Amino acid sequence: MRFIINGQSVERALDARTSLLDLLRDHLHLTGTKKGCNQGACGACTVLVEGERINACLALAVQYQERPITTIEGLGEEVALHPLQRAFIEHDGFQCGYCTPGQICSAVGMMAEAGRGVPSAVTADLDGDSVDLTHDELRERMSGNLCRCGAHNGIIEAIQAAMAPAPAQAAPVKEDAR
Amino acid sequence: MSLIRDAIDAVRRLVPEALPGALPSEAPPDPLIDARRVIGTPLSRVDGPLKVAGKARFAAEVPLDGLVYAALRYSAVARGRIAVLDTAAAEAAPGVLLVMTHRNAPRLSPPPLMMADPRGAAASSLPVMQDATIRWNGEPVALVVAATQEQAEHAASLIRIDYEAEAAALSFDAAKPHAAPPGDILGEPTTIKVGDAEAAVAGAAFRVDRIYRTPRHNHCAIEPHAVTVAWEGDSLTIHDATQMVHLTRSTMAAVFGIAEEQVRVLSPFVGGGFGNKAVWNHHVLAAAAARMVNRPVRLALSREGVFRATGGRTLTEQRVALGAKADGTLAGLIHSGVTGITSHNQCPEQFSFPARHLYAADSFLITQSAVELDMVANTFMRAPGESIGTFALESAIDELAETMGLDPVELRRRLEPERDPTSGLAFSSRHLVEAYRRGAERFGWDRRNPTPRARRDGDWLIGQGVATATYPYYRMPGGEARIRLRADGHAVVQMAAHEMGMGTATVQAQQAAERLGLPVERVTFEYGDSALPRGTLAGGSSQSASIAAAVAAAQAVLVEQLLRLAGNDSPLAGLKPAEVEARDGGLCYRDDPRRCESYASILRRAGQDELVAEAAAPPPAETQAYSMHSYGAQFCELRVNAVTGETRVTRWVGSFNTGRILNPKTAASQFRGGIIMGLGLALTEETLFDERTGRIMNPSLADYHVPVHLDVPEIDVIWNDIPDPHSPLGLHGIGEIGITGVGAAVANAVHNATGIRVRELPITLDKLL
Amino acid sequence: MNPFDYARAADPAEAVRLAGARPNTKFLGGGTNLVDLMRETIETPDSLVDVTGLSRRIEVLADGGILIGAAARNTAVAADPAVRKRFPMLARAILAGASAQIRNMATVGGNIMQRTRCCYFYDDAARCNKRVPGAGCDAVGGFNRMHAILGASPACVATHPSDLCVALAALDAVVHVEGPTGGRTLRFIDFHRLPGDRPDIETALAADELITAVELPPLSAAARSTYRKVRDRSSYAFALVSVAAALDVAADGTVGTVRLALGGVAHKPWRAAKAEAALHGAPATEASFRAAAEAELMDAVGLPGNAFKIELAKRTIVATLAGLVRGERS
Repeated sequence: MRFIINGQSVERALDARTSLLDLLRDHLHLTGTKKGCNQGACGACTVLVEGERINACLALAVQYQERPITTIEGLGEEVALHPLQRAFIEHDGFQCGYCTPGQICSAVGMMAEAGRGVPSAVTADLDGDSVDLTHDELRERMSGNLCRCGAHNGIIEAIQAAMAPAPAQAAPVKEDAR
Repeated sequence: MSLIRDAIDAVRRLVPEALPGALPSEAPPDPLIDARRVIGTPLSRVDGPLKVAGKARFAAEVPLDGLVYAALRYSAVARGRIAVLDTAAAEAAPGVLLVMTHRNAPRLSPPPLMMADPRGAAASSLPVMQDATIRWNGEPVALVVAATQEQAEHAASLIRIDYEAEAAALSFDAAKPHAAPPGDILGEPTTIKVGDAEAAVAGAAFRVDRIYRTPRHNHCAIEPHAVTVAWEGDSLTIHDATQMVHLTRSTMAAVFGIAEEQVRVLSPFVGGGFGNKAVWNHHVLAAAAARMVNRPVRLALSREGVFRATGGRTLTEQRVALGAKADGTLAGLIHSGVTGITSHNQCPEQFSFPARHLYAADSFLITQSAVELDMVANTFMRAPGESIGTFALESAIDELAETMGLDPVELRRRLEPERDPTSGLAFSSRHLVEAYRRGAERFGWDRRNPTPRARRDGDWLIGQGVATATYPYYRMPGGEARIRLRADGHAVVQMAAHEMGMGTATVQAQQAAERLGLPVERVTFEYGDSALPRGTLAGGSSQSASIAAAVAAAQAVLVEQLLRLAGNDSPLAGLKPAEVEARDGGLCYRDDPRRCESYASILRRAGQDELVAEAAAPPPAETQAYSMHSYGAQFCELRVNAVTGETRVTRWVGSFNTGRILNPKTAASQFRGGIIMGLGLALTEETLFDERTGRIMNPSLADYHVPVHLDVPEIDVIWNDIPDPHSPLGLHGIGEIGITGVGAAVANAVHNATGIRVRELPITLDKLL
Repeated sequence: MNPFDYARAADPAEAVRLAGARPNTKFLGGGTNLVDLMRETIETPDSLVDVTGLSRRIEVLADGGILIGAAARNTAVAADPAVRKRFPMLARAILAGASAQIRNMATVGGNIMQRTRCCYFYDDAARCNKRVPGAGCDAVGGFNRMHAILGASPACVATHPSDLCVALAALDAVVHVEGPTGGRTLRFIDFHRLPGDRPDIETALAADELITAVELPPLSAAARSTYRKVRDRSSYAFALVSVAAALDVAADGTVGTVRLALGGVAHKPWRAAKAEAALHGAPATEASFRAAAEAELMDAVGLPGNAFKIELAKRTIVATLAGLVRGERS
């Protein structure tokens, strides 16, 4: 089977049972994509397939041959981070870091969905062409990614900062009052 | 807690010798309690780039040559024996290397129990897979090792097991009449009695006497427990997700009958712990299996496995009775109740702790008892006791305020004690009234309408509530730190501590940099490896204080060594350790800042590349001399749908007094994280334990509802930042206080919104219809 | 998960042929339910035929209805401009379900075919007539908060978890299926079964039949329709009760067309026919809505854990219809 992962073509002989998540983690050692529940209930395994976010744990790898897949490793490296990755650091959008790759990949997919005008459960007007990513919209659209450390505020702030027209670093950091 | 008991014993043993004739209270404050060069700066996490790039390697992600994969089967009854065990199909399945059951598992010693054995990290003292006896529903009964995870899981499903079930103690209500007080509650007395509280409450002008119930909870760290283990001869390496590397080392050594030095535990990243990442069966089983197949083994629990094979917070039924006099002070305070425990663990869920120090009263009756149930060992979960004890106590205070027609903040002000009301000790650093003042101002509490069901926006009823947060200050004994100071002016500080997301890697580098007078960029903190100097467990919000004390001790040794090394050619010549301070990358004479020499200069002149200092922290004497706790005020605004009963929290202010804050960025996240877990406790979380079978029926993140993004409002956190003069750096740990008081603040706000008082968590919509 | 063979079908005919050629075959869509059930060894197919390559077209028909290919992703349906304009309740129902990631994976055909389930169905240590016919049901005397209040049987009290299907039930959708002997159509409200004494049989579909498309007949009243989901957390949770409703109020203030279906209350998406009948021609007032809700829930039976859903369902019906009268949320 041939897979296109982070722009690279890889071939593996796989058990049909192997999930896309286990392909990434156990076979390709791309362990940035996390296993939190293995049943589509936490979002830690979120990756992008043709730019759309999915749960890699529920995806049989065999179904995803020959389709461009982006994982957290493909978004940016430590020395050349994606703006969203930088914003997560700046806004403390994580604590333990385990749900983080999924949150970041999910946010990338979420912004693309909003850009295409995909509505959400809290979108007031279904007739609108564009989506205004309000605080409620962001929270609803990110609700498929659980975080147990409680970094929710920082995650949403990071996404807002990364979406801002100015570079992410220029966005003001919310001051915690002392 | 044996650890706390140990600490007490250690203090009693050591203090008189260490400080002859002196009370610990006379120890001078840490000179750095007001330091603000590095401490107090909002440094971003130093492990941030690794984590956001997906390069932080967790326990289930360590690549090893020849690695094979394990999967578990769990018992389907709560008590009984395995009657039929047929492993033939599993053994014949493709890729299978081993099917391990009680029949062929190696003979192993029971794991030393956490809080009972000084070596212990195990949450249960039961032997692991040593016989056919079943002791809880979900106990691991078989393990399969195979070449791939898919093969291991499939083969595990092929094992046929039948049981002879026996009657089990599963019903809390049925067991309650037989509840008995444990010997002690984490080293504290089980019962505190001052005066006749029952009579005082009965005769009081204003009375509240209510029962509150809280359900089981699970930690639900997003990283499931996992180990990757390898043997080399009789030496065992465990890549683990743990909150206690050294205790895991000693526990595993005891189980396998090898020396502690033969076990190495590495745990550089932990994907959330919250009290749950101790030693459970999977550690023992993976190591036993690895020995049998002579290959490295990975055992990552499934999410269901986390619910079956590791425990959570137990359930409680609590009574709070308050009797108030006309002036608003308390004649009597009663907080009693029952928790569910097991015969094989040591975790009493100390719900009665907050009432021991929060309020002044003329009389007290504080006591808790427990019933033994056949279930997976309950364990410590974020603010064990305080999280749910404050739900009951702080709900009752709100009920009393309502009864008296008093504002609940004002009532608490009137009940503020001058000294710890049950121990008589002085508070080291309380400042709760100040936290309330600042929190109320930030929240706009003075604009609250005290009349229930008085504010409405369409279908939504709006309510506001408040409750006190509190968690003890702990510092664990036994921590050791090593400082490796290099001639290039960089320091590596080492201690086998833990980073589960609290910010350890970042904040401990900050405090060490402050202590050493170095820029933070030139300090690296190494942790999470039992090969490093002994760390204390990451629990009880104790780790920062424990590390700070050990690093301070090591730094004192380093200064002595540096002064010796500096010799007579140094500007520091002739100075004693007490006369110098660390500053600007070196040491300086306190009274003359021009008399300085850099570390680099001292080491170069001495021809040394590195200077190494190591020391143990002094015992935590401060906790014996003072009543040491953190405090806070939780303010909640929420909406309840008048049609459906759905609750949505819309606004939150947490105002805390937790000593010095070392890093406002990571600290804010810690507070918020606790509050958010508290929102789950208040509104959605409940582990469903089927009392007919002892089976947990929602062992998944789909059915156990932790808060999602849409449940979480913007959470405003503020803090007094007043140093505690009696703790290292003036700090208190902050990992747990955030969750305390949240359940009550929500319940009190729900009452303000609806007029309905919910005394049983979680506050689900059916209770508000 | 048991081992299985995998094949990918290019069109419905090939899918049906592939399935016919192998014993114990299941069709695989997005996998969001089937893969999970296979991992739990509740579903144990010997072979899977991947039908995600089939039509995912969303086509406006000449009569004003919409035909949705079975392989259309939930997200695509919810985002489709014609669906949003003509059948907003369907878009809202989809968006209320699961998470964005799952909606991106899940197909319409797969959503319809997901299992009616409960926590005892998922646990092989529990008795479940759906998993093992005749074994008994542990849900009735156990935790049953999520369970059925309408149409249940002593054998099974599980609920169908789909949101999308509640809207399809309200909209009188038609299911197009392909089998070895050709195609046929089924009314959506007849597609799923009540449990009776065979809760293991959930649909009217034969094992070798494949859903190829779902047709939404034209319904002008659906332009004013919505979906209200009540659940235990604000997002990413199954419904305790949900209501799909379309309402057309005549000039004289009486109810013209009304469509009403409930989720979270029964083994199948529950078309509230009694309530609809009670509403026809009645004044569009809260009193009428309440009377209609009472009529629908007249036969409801509560268990200790879910009896509250009877009142909750009534209230949610009333509030949803009243909201439509007020013009809330399209």
